[in-house]
Amino acid sequence: MDLFDNLSLGFSTATTLFNLGFCLMGVLLGTLIGVLPGIGPTATIAMLLPITFQIGDPVSSLIMLAGIYYGAQYGGSTTAILINLPGESSSAVTAIDGYQMARKGRAGAALAVAAIGSFFAGTVSTFLVALLAPPLTAIALQFGAAEYFSLMVVGLVSSVALAHGSIIKALAMVVLGLLLGLVGTDIYSGAPRFNLGIREYSDGLNFVAVAVGVFGIAEILRNLEDEHERTVLIKSVTGLMPTRDDWRRMVAPILRGTALGSALGILPGGGAILASFASYTVEKRVSKHPEEFGKGAIEGVAGPESANNAGAQTSFIPLLTLGIPANPVMALMIGAMIIQGIVPGPNVATEQPALFWGIIASMWIGNLMLIVLNLPLIGLWVKLLTIPYYVLFPIIMGFCSIGVYSVNSNVYDLYSVAFFGILGYALVKLRCEPAPLLLGFVLGPLLEENLRRAMIISRGDPSVFVTRPISATLLFIALAVLVVVFLPAVRKKREEVFVEES
Amino acid sequence: MAVDRPNALCGTIFVALGAFFAWQSLNLEIGSAFRMGPGFFPLGLASILILLGLVIIGYAFRVGGEPVGAIAWRGIVLILPAPIFFGLTVRGLGFVPAIFFTALIASFASAKMRLVPAVLLSAALTVFTAFVFVQALGLPFRLFGPWL
Repeated sequence: MDLFDNLSLGFSTATTLFNLGFCLMGVLLGTLIGVLPGIGPTATIAMLLPITFQIGDPVSSLIMLAGIYYGAQYGGSTTAILINLPGESSSAVTAIDGYQMARKGRAGAALAVAAIGSFFAGTVSTFLVALLAPPLTAIALQFGAAEYFSLMVVGLVSSVALAHGSIIKALAMVVLGLLLGLVGTDIYSGAPRFNLGIREYSDGLNFVAVAVGVFGIAEILRNLEDEHERTVLIKSVTGLMPTRDDWRRMVAPILRGTALGSALGILPGGGAILASFASYTVEKRVSKHPEEFGKGAIEGVAGPESANNAGAQTSFIPLLTLGIPANPVMALMIGAMIIQGIVPGPNVATEQPALFWGIIASMWIGNLMLIVLNLPLIGLWVKLLTIPYYVLFPIIMGFCSIGVYSVNSNVYDLYSVAFFGILGYALVKLRCEPAPLLLGFVLGPLLEENLRRAMIISRGDPSVFVTRPISATLLFIALAVLVVVFLPAVRKKREEVFVEES
Repeated sequence: MAVDRPNALCGTIFVALGAFFAWQSLNLEIGSAFRMGPGFFPLGLASILILLGLVIIGYAFRVGGEPVGAIAWRGIVLILPAPIFFGLTVRGLGFVPAIFFTALIASFASAKMRLVPAVLLSAALTVFTAFVFVQALGLPFRLFGPWL
């Protein structure tokens, strides 16, 4: 069978000692930085991205990067449970009941449930990725310029729909991101654009610099606004093994969470966040004792954590098959692939099967490593929580500076970091979500290229986008999403959801 | 009339950035829908951005917003120059002094940092990164540059 041939190619790629090592390093580094206070997964990956470029082999570096992603997510759940400080929005739900469990002295069980749920969800969804990727790739190979353009529009619109706060602001952030992505040289005419006459920017703004500035620096500045002491209630974690009753109660939520997360994760624009919320709502509704939710219900940890991880996994599907990022982390992965000389898209699967299947197999291995390593290492992570923030950020600044510079040895990239740091901080203060900007930045050049190509093929007739069926369907979906988020009822509900979260 | 200042400022930033891109696009060849020049797509996007910015400014006059909250001035003044300093000096002074002072500058962004711990922390970071990045990973840095 093809699937098993492919998977075995993947596993033989991912289980070389070299790649296992990088996967392990990625998972450890990701968890390490993920549990450190005040650094979410996107910022973590943005900061560690340059390190992965030092590995010559693109397969190994992407495997390590994927490991960092799972690790950082896991770290985010750990801080959510232990100190009620979710590292990212998708573990915000975990904090609700996870932290209550921790306060009742059941931190160990909460962490174990989170890890077991994540691992199960990861296993199922890795298999789903392997199953769904080839047929989707086959469809994607039929895509022309018009379809690609429309597909990217869907991705950008969904990222707007799933961003926090004002929709208009999120739209503006996408457009600004698209424009920033165009800085550099026009590929058709070779004309320099928007580089202010600075030759160092003629290859465009460095993606890593933009990401580190908008996510990393802006986050540091936000943490510096109000430097309060963090109190870590839990000094040591005991009772890791869930009781028999726990097992009985967590099976169904894990299964439901996995199904929900897998389905929602494929959606472009941040399905994982939606998945954990949806799962929490579902669990609360089907539970026989909904009053326990918010007071330490184990189902409230098991469901969302599984959904979150399943979604994180399946969000690789649009990335691997279409080259379209589903969320800012996937945008970072695309940036990494481009820097490694790989053009993301359907051709990756056929031209570089070892890379494609190696990444898929390493997802599962990464998840396995997390559960094997992190439960025993939990004591170490708890200690890390007590590191004061003012010791951390000078170190982060040092690593960022070295990392950004080492990508292209271009000192102007470091000036971009400062510029995007202040811009990102200003926009965050003015309640603009940075995620749509980063997606726009990555997709800007691709969007323009496909638009121009489609228009050349159609001899300047814009109706090509609606006369081709796939393209028309995609544009219709984009329009529908936009209409729905602007509907007054949805708008109100959406605001409620995001208020609850923050 | 009350104006929601954060939203007004936010809209103004978008309008200003949109205007910058529009102005730059006008200096480029626009072309036609059939054969788009380098200025076509960005000019369109910039127009949308200006429009969205104006809508946000419009909101500022309609609804009151939340206050912006504390601003990390000390952070801005000390964090942002850190990468700039690194960029200006890494080739001239070399890796060791550049990273040491970058970390030292950044350290003082926190009101809680004291001189001695800051120096120790920066020194430790310098030794660690010089060993990991320059010795072990072999990045092409000169430990001490031509200015010294």
